[in-house]
Amino acid sequence: MQSVTFTILRYDPAGGGEPRYQDFQVNITKPGMMVLDGLNQIRWEQDGTLAYRRSCREGVCGSDGVNVNGANMLTCVTHIEEVARKGRVVIQPLPGLPLIKDLVVDLEDFLRKYFTVKPYLITRAPAPDKERLQSPAERRRLDGLYECILCACCSSSCPSYWADPEYLGPSALLNVWRFIDDSRDEGAQERLDILDDHHGAWRCHTILNCVEACPKGLNPTKAITGIKTALLKRKF
Amino acid sequence: MSASMNLTTHRVGALVVGAGGAGLRAALEAGRLVDTAVISQVFPTRSHTVSAQGGIGASLSNVEHDDWRYHMYDTVKGSDWLGDQDAIEFMCREAPSVVIELEHMGLPFSRMDDGRIYQRAFGGHTSKFGKGEVHRSCAAADRTGHAMLHTLFEECLKQGVHFYNEFYTLEILLQDGVACGVLAWDMVRGGFHLFHAKAVLLATGGYARVFRTTSNAHICTGDGAALCMRAGLPSQDLEFLQFHPTGIYGAGNLITEAVRGEGGYLLNCKDDRFMEVCAPTEKDLACRDVVSRGIAEEVRGGRGCGPQGDYALLKIDHIGKDKIMERLPGIWELAMVFAGVDCTKEPIPVVPTAHYSMGGIPTDRFARVVTPGDDGAETVVPGLYAAGEAACASVHGANRLGTNSLLDLMVFGREGGRQMGEYVASQSSWLDLSESAGSAGMAEVRRLLNGPAQRAMGPLMEQLRLDMEMHCGVFRTESDLRELKGKLAGHRAAFANLSVQDKGLAYNLDLIEALELGHMLDVCSAIAEGALARRESRGGHYRDDYPRRDDAGWHKHTLAFLEPGGGVGLDYKPVRMQPLTVDSIALAERKY
Repeated sequence: MQSVTFTILRYDPAGGGEPRYQDFQVNITKPGMMVLDGLNQIRWEQDGTLAYRRSCREGVCGSDGVNVNGANMLTCVTHIEEVARKGRVVIQPLPGLPLIKDLVVDLEDFLRKYFTVKPYLITRAPAPDKERLQSPAERRRLDGLYECILCACCSSSCPSYWADPEYLGPSALLNVWRFIDDSRDEGAQERLDILDDHHGAWRCHTILNCVEACPKGLNPTKAITGIKTALLKRKF
Repeated sequence: MSASMNLTTHRVGALVVGAGGAGLRAALEAGRLVDTAVISQVFPTRSHTVSAQGGIGASLSNVEHDDWRYHMYDTVKGSDWLGDQDAIEFMCREAPSVVIELEHMGLPFSRMDDGRIYQRAFGGHTSKFGKGEVHRSCAAADRTGHAMLHTLFEECLKQGVHFYNEFYTLEILLQDGVACGVLAWDMVRGGFHLFHAKAVLLATGGYARVFRTTSNAHICTGDGAALCMRAGLPSQDLEFLQFHPTGIYGAGNLITEAVRGEGGYLLNCKDDRFMEVCAPTEKDLACRDVVSRGIAEEVRGGRGCGPQGDYALLKIDHIGKDKIMERLPGIWELAMVFAGVDCTKEPIPVVPTAHYSMGGIPTDRFARVVTPGDDGAETVVPGLYAAGEAACASVHGANRLGTNSLLDLMVFGREGGRQMGEYVASQSSWLDLSESAGSAGMAEVRRLLNGPAQRAMGPLMEQLRLDMEMHCGVFRTESDLRELKGKLAGHRAAFANLSVQDKGLAYNLDLIEALELGHMLDVCSAIAEGALARRESRGGHYRDDYPRRDDAGWHKHTLAFLEPGGGVGLDYKPVRMQPLTVDSIALAERKY
């Protein structure tokens, strides 16, 4: 049976020690095994103390973003064979976020930034009895935005996000553009007030790591460009 | 260790357990009336509602004329007449309003050319009482659950709902038969938290994870039903588990029925559309139990596809790449990742996959938990509510229609939240907790953490799930179920001696999975006992040795009680055949 070495960053807050790397052998028991299958195998058969998040195991709940061989991705939709280099996979927690245990990071600050941008529909006109109308073309503008799963792969891959603790980050900015660009929404101005700040949209220097990192194929940089354009249009 | 395993007490008015569609909808409603908090095992948008694909059913009439009475008829027939008709009428009548409400909250529904909500065809949905076709499923591409869950969470943020995320519930607290809170474990830091509440609503999701091949998330382990049974309350109809016909072969992940709603169909190894024979009228859009048995029969009859002849093929490429990428983009992605198939060019290999729990915590149509009283008649458990897949209202009976799951979450989440809010507002103070409140939950955690680590737990959980699949799957027999009971007894004994390897407090996934395994064992025992006793075939419960529906003997709901020592006792209650305002839909043969 073929096996792959998983080199995993271990951290136990109770141990008092520094993070360290530990090697495990994962047996490839079926074709198409995902990184999550490997982590489960380790925990179920070798070391029950390994901690990581997971739930849907199909790439929609956003629990299991980690860093594999230097790139952020979801363990449940990443084939081991695609990422293994010379029979080895190096797995670390998402970078730039506080550690809780092993591959589990603290997302409080990441989520606080998401909450800050008012990520919900804001309307002033009273709702009609039926649905609000939206043309297919208007609705299509939300494609590539509403699918965000809040996995934090993008923000934790962004050097500007690492460097500026107050930067809202690509995830929050993509999510706020999802509402500004929604034909039903009337909250653009109050959101743009929040975003027109050097910790807001202007902190993005189009490094594009977020685009590379997004497991859903979304483009936060494009959304941020939309915000910047809206901010400029508002000024002039 | 015990120093950090101290107890923190919180006082809230209304407490919602679970932050999926039903829990969030309930929290929004209760939160408008009283102080409300939500505790959830996962951050809300990680709940399993996120995986729902095809849509939410409502007779909006956006495509052709539709009526809630047609929807009700389809639901009763789909339930194989085991659904309670008062609750079904209530759900189908409320459906348009909950969908419109979601649109107003911002849910990004797909749209028709005139700007109204897009609706698609779905299995088992008809117009004119089975005589015509209908487009009833309101959809956001094939990501309706994701769109719904995020929209509800956004609305909760707007309203300021208070969340305790990554808290795992250990025990439901009942004081003289009245709900007064729960005991939970803080997953991130460790430690016990007692949430002292005036009312509790359980929205903890289903139990389909107890089968090996499943569309369900890791967290769908039947926690709510198990905790109720441990609190002395019954679970209802747990033997009714829906096998969705189109899970990805080898992985179990769901391929939505919307694929067939958009024109896809199933093929066997001879390239025959076998559903034309199994269900001449509805064909590939017959109810899920019917289509699942159709596939299983093809495999059993040697007409399955692939080297082992153990799957069917789902063909969709003929509707064209553009339509697939617009309406089924998530399916394209799943088929590519989990089957290595580009479904714009090739068919997807599929097998029935454990998908939906029709059974759960018994409730009435107000989402109030009910139990047989001292005189045997059904009585309400004061202060305790349940909604969504965790509950059994029962609107799905023996088999759920596609799109009725998201609908159930919204209708009974809203109703339960409202009922709970009004109840809490009428209670001037909190009940005093007894000294022993929470002691069972704390003892369970201490046993698992303090005992020596004897064996890894994974193999036991995997064996349990395999046993359930082998002995209690699409086809069931007396001998298989008896064998299963024996195996379950063995697993229970093994679990009683088990303790976890991870002895730490912070993010102890080993502990959480052990607690889940305990819940799964309780649920599996109730499933096996109910399935063994029920000598008939109805909806999702198919007995090879009793292949007919037996209304004289079995037109009734199962209630399962956990006995001391791990046994399960059964009781039954009648199906409510009387709707609220319309005539009863009389028992009839179920044909598609």
